[in-house]
Amino acid sequence: MTHAVSLLLQVADPQLPPSSEMFILFGLIKAGVAFGIYMLCVAYTTLLERRVAGWIQDRIGPNRVGPQGLLQPIADGVKNFMKEEALPGGANKALFVLAPALAFIPAMITWAVIPFASPLPIPGVGLVSMAVADLPVGFLFVLAISSLGVYGITIAGWSSNNKYALLGGLRASAQMISYEIAMGMSTVCVLLLAGNVNLNEIVAQQQGQTWNVVMLTLAFFIFAVAALAETNRVPFDLPESESELVAGYHAEYSSMRYSMFPLAEYANIITSSGLMVTLFFGGWDIPFTHWDNTAPWTAMKTLVTLGAYFAKVFFFVFSFIWIRWTVPRFRYDQLMSLGWKILLPMALVYITAVASLVLALDAAGLGRTSYGFRGAFLGMNVVFVVLVFWVLDRGRIVSPAFSRTERERLARMRLGATRSDLLTGKGA
Amino acid sequence: MQPNQFHPLAYSFAFYFFGLTAIASAIAFVTRKSPVAAAMWLVNVMFSLAGLYVMLDAQFIGAIQILVYTGAIMVVFLFVIMLLNLGHASELADARGRWGKILALFVGIALLAEVMALNRGDTVQRMIPPDLAAKAAAAAATPVAGGIIGPVAAPLFKEYLLAFELTSVLLLAAIVGAVVLGKRRTDAR
Repeated sequence: MTHAVSLLLQVADPQLPPSSEMFILFGLIKAGVAFGIYMLCVAYTTLLERRVAGWIQDRIGPNRVGPQGLLQPIADGVKNFMKEEALPGGANKALFVLAPALAFIPAMITWAVIPFASPLPIPGVGLVSMAVADLPVGFLFVLAISSLGVYGITIAGWSSNNKYALLGGLRASAQMISYEIAMGMSTVCVLLLAGNVNLNEIVAQQQGQTWNVVMLTLAFFIFAVAALAETNRVPFDLPESESELVAGYHAEYSSMRYSMFPLAEYANIITSSGLMVTLFFGGWDIPFTHWDNTAPWTAMKTLVTLGAYFAKVFFFVFSFIWIRWTVPRFRYDQLMSLGWKILLPMALVYITAVASLVLALDAAGLGRTSYGFRGAFLGMNVVFVVLVFWVLDRGRIVSPAFSRTERERLARMRLGATRSDLLTGKGA
Repeated sequence: MQPNQFHPLAYSFAFYFFGLTAIASAIAFVTRKSPVAAAMWLVNVMFSLAGLYVMLDAQFIGAIQILVYTGAIMVVFLFVIMLLNLGHASELADARGRWGKILALFVGIALLAEVMALNRGDTVQRMIPPDLAAKAAAAAATPVAGGIIGPVAAPLFKEYLLAFELTSVLLLAAIVGAVVLGKRRTDAR
């Protein structure tokens, strides 16, 4: 007791890290606050999705429950809790109940390591890092935990004892394994530049140099595509494609257990957006100024950088929704060939190029923050962007829907031959 | 964070929590008849081991344990189990038989006895190189660039580069072999 009192009375420098007791206390507070805000964001992303979908499709969307439909997520939650929970016959009960939690928890834990603002000085306590847990393995933790998300979906599909659900679950696991590789490979470039896996260090590197999206546009592109696939969003929502698999892996689920899967999806969207911002868009950095990322730290800086971070994350969440209501679904073989034959080799070539350039520039004695270093990366980036996006045309990289049709037949289709001509082979 | 920075009570609580979870899950893993349930228990074992690694201040190994074993290998296991469609768990007979079980029991007891005997004497202590503690202290005192990954990456890509590359080639050969075997079967059909 006296120990605790003496600790509280002790005047700590707010610009230095806190003592370990205070570290644990503030860790708990941060975890609680972050969890609450995160859950609120997940709930309201569902509303955002429906309102944006309405806007894109030129209709109104849910606007009746509360002002502008703001109470809709709460009404949905209450409805889901009140509904009957169905347990299909022949289902593996334990795993059937466990699966929704397995899908939801990894999406949520991943958020724990992402830094969301500049450190906050609290008088008498010290400098509190604005990430729930600033782990030294930061980014590896993200990769490790997000790789667990696949279990929820696979187990849900298997335990339902339903062939559509099983097919959905198998598709999901194949898809997530495939795109995890491309995703991991694309981030290797970021780690090469940062020289560290700690997310705070990666943010600091981008503050010192430039945002990674400017230096490594291709890596960002691969990461964004893989993130879309990892979250099972359109155009990669093959695991739950209604036209083939009823509702896919959650076909047998009802009430709140069902609700956990969409919630996990939205949680994943927010986490992926947060990661994209942290890895490629400078995290909580405010561009064109060093005011926000130099000591002395103030509460004002924390607030402003928090705002900047939220604005960036909101942009990506919005983009996810925007893409969903714009792009049609891929075919399954297109999905697999995009992951394995295009994104993975592209990422590997890119890693080699980035690693060689870093090595060459380091050998040339150019500092990481020097204009020469940044200029060289900018130059290489322009070359790669032109190369890839010049070649990246429908039908040349991603095989389009008509890829199985022969060339001549395609030419005839384009010339405007009638459907019956094509079927009977007339005019061949 | 060093282990000694933790409260000793919290440290032992975490140790027994992860340790007992790992043991209980391992027992459940070998006794479940449903292959999927067994696989999920194995996932739990891997996860608990990762927790123990982190407690030993090996966060990198902990993260890699989850990433590689839990996130990749076990997912593929599960995938294969589901595709094989082994039938209902209750229909699966235990392939080992009574004598196999008795033999396994004796082997298990012998192993346990060996571990206990090793722990009683100073055998383990004598197996540790005498300069290990000094080496570890020296390594901890010299900061390596690259945060927590640096101390692992530097020897891996300098001292043990040849072994690393040979392992890579071996793994590549295994992948190519698997593809060739898979292809041959579809051609024959």
